[in-house]
Amino acid sequence: MATRTIKISLIGNPNTGKTSVFNQLTGLNQQVGNYPGITVERKQGSVRLPGNTKGVILDLPGTYSLNASSMDENVVIELLLNRNDKDFPDVAVVVTDVENLKRNLLLFTQIKDLEIPAILVINMADRMERKGISLNIPLLEERLKTKIALVSSRKGTGITKLKELITEYASLSTEPCLNASSIDPEYFGRLRNAFPNQLLYKLWLVITQDVNFGQLERNEIEDSFTKSKSELKRLQQKETIKRYQFINDTLKQGMTVDTAKAKDLRAKLDRILTHKIFGYLIFFAILLVIFQSIFAWSSVPMDLIDEGFTWLSSYTSNNLPPGKLTELIAEGIIPGIGGVVIFIPQIAFLFFFISILEESGYMSRVVFLMDRIMKRFGLSGKSVVPLISGTACAIPAIMAARNIENWRERLITILVTPFTTCSARLPVYAILISLIIPQRTVWGIFNLQGLTLMLLYLLGFLGAIGAAIILNKILKTKFKSFFVAEMPNYKMPLAKNVGITVVEKTKAFVYGAGKIILAISIIIWFLGSHGPGDKMERAEQIITEQYGNSLGEDKLKDAIASYKLENSYIGHIGKSIEPAIRPLGYDWKIGIAIVTSFAAREVFVGTLATIYTIGSGADDEATIKERMKQETNPETGQKVFNFATGISLLLFYAFAMQCMSTLAVTKKETNSWKWPAIQLFSMSIFAYLVSLIAYQLLK
Amino acid sequence: MKTTLAGLKKGQKAIITEFNIDAIPLKLLEMGCLPGNTVELLQVAPLGDPIYINVNDSHVAIRMETAAEIDVEIIRD
Repeated sequence: MATRTIKISLIGNPNTGKTSVFNQLTGLNQQVGNYPGITVERKQGSVRLPGNTKGVILDLPGTYSLNASSMDENVVIELLLNRNDKDFPDVAVVVTDVENLKRNLLLFTQIKDLEIPAILVINMADRMERKGISLNIPLLEERLKTKIALVSSRKGTGITKLKELITEYASLSTEPCLNASSIDPEYFGRLRNAFPNQLLYKLWLVITQDVNFGQLERNEIEDSFTKSKSELKRLQQKETIKRYQFINDTLKQGMTVDTAKAKDLRAKLDRILTHKIFGYLIFFAILLVIFQSIFAWSSVPMDLIDEGFTWLSSYTSNNLPPGKLTELIAEGIIPGIGGVVIFIPQIAFLFFFISILEESGYMSRVVFLMDRIMKRFGLSGKSVVPLISGTACAIPAIMAARNIENWRERLITILVTPFTTCSARLPVYAILISLIIPQRTVWGIFNLQGLTLMLLYLLGFLGAIGAAIILNKILKTKFKSFFVAEMPNYKMPLAKNVGITVVEKTKAFVYGAGKIILAISIIIWFLGSHGPGDKMERAEQIITEQYGNSLGEDKLKDAIASYKLENSYIGHIGKSIEPAIRPLGYDWKIGIAIVTSFAAREVFVGTLATIYTIGSGADDEATIKERMKQETNPETGQKVFNFATGISLLLFYAFAMQCMSTLAVTKKETNSWKWPAIQLFSMSIFAYLVSLIAYQLLK
Repeated sequence: MKTTLAGLKKGQKAIITEFNIDAIPLKLLEMGCLPGNTVELLQVAPLGDPIYINVNDSHVAIRMETAAEIDVEIIRD
């Protein structure tokens, strides 16, 4: 049975409910990936259309116009200008919001100028009555030379009509709505004569921006048609005015708004949410709730996951035939996967909250509130989102910096985000604090250990701000600072949209970061269980000869394991870096834990657990703690984890760049190895110096 | 009365007369911030910057440095 396939591109301004329309059309038939070479998300889905037809829908990134100002917007233009692209649409579905129709139509008229068949979706139709809006659809269809689907993606109405229109796309007019070239007839006339076979508007887009365009060499145009940047911008302004004239004329006839009905909830909410006192109070209250729930609610599933993987690991090693493969699975792969899976609850909760804040329109108000403060540090109001997300994990946080339009502010945000206290630091802080800070109540209400933890969080934010101040001084401005943030109307978040976001983002984290964490835990397992020479194989014999039967069986096992570790590759690495870390108050065993932590911080506790060989009680924190407490330096007889060493370690973990996955994401987002290298070295050197000073002062 | 967008008070409406096009991001023009259009100052952030305006039915926040480049004529207090 032959089925026809229609290629559809979904295009629209941000905040028009484009993604909701996409979700309505495709349900869960979506694949999310990346465009080759860049980290812009590529969302594709399929839909069954009437008449045995299948639609493949590409949900293009939201864009205000065909003049790109970001990587995401560039994707849209490059696709629409290239008829040979495999994704080039048979039909463009342009989504607009009935309350912002005027502005949203600007993009629509541009797409019509490219002579691509286009359907106009007027979304949020369910709000028309409340807002006193009525539309003359036949007139609008005639003036805009298109077919219109009046849709409510919230209520799910109008989708059937939209599907019908898509099926009949061949009957759509491809005539432009207006003649944009009349803004400079002389110039466009020459352009037309020079390239009679090209679409005029296409040529204009190629001239005004940096897009790739097959067949036509940029140089070919540039020679005779170059204009200065400011001349071009003047023409673009004329073009925009021209388009708005047309749109205003059209809407004057096709749309009426009964202003008496349009009384605004927005104004009232804005007054409270951006109030100079309540605005900040509400913001901090919301932050508090988010942190509280991320840590409180996810602790139960995280414990379950932890126990589950520990059980699975011991079950595997007890039940599979002994050998290298079993060791690899039980000690390398399973804990490796567990190390990724354990973060799912926190990441999912975080995205749940962030997507609610964004969907409701509240996040834009936070951006508005915080911009002035952040600007002083070379950041943008939009940096707030990455800095908040960073408390769960820096990886999605760095990706969230993408909607900062100013490259310099975006770069600083990316570089400083890893300072915020991510969830991977938590287990390290927890065990060290319990070792060196007494469990005591101070000033009547505060728990000293809890206070220390709060101080460390604060230290993370201060680190980020401090680094931003320095970067702001060092980095030369090449880009003009600008900031334009749309303040969308408040909306009740849609459960379906929030759900899909949480699932997709969590999946992306697990697959993306998961691969790296898994690979590294396998490498560490290998280096920890193998060593140069034959000392590893003969460990049992050597230790038994040395101690004979004077030790009990358990202690003998412990001694063998620690001898093995000392002679493994990782043991050699630890010993060789000992001179460098001795001034910080660390011995070679802590050194190993630090080296392995460069893959991911949370490895610290696990590595120390292995090193101190606690045998069967390996996952019992109290026992690890006991062993750490008792550990003494054989030369001085002093405790290893004394106050000075503990503080030095806490500071080291607060500031050092110990996360491969974050470095990988920074590389992808900045498209250069330079910035992750700067992150790695400057943060780690800074951490070293701070820890050195702290230890030398306290010891 | 002539002033710039940065000189408006909360709740004031004005008509955009002219601006220094090189200092205005294209995105703002595309939102409808163009000569002849009406603009209303809706909110000022607590520290005096940025400001939140309604221009051509678009609700946008911009920084004062950009607002200072846009000349307006006040039409209603």
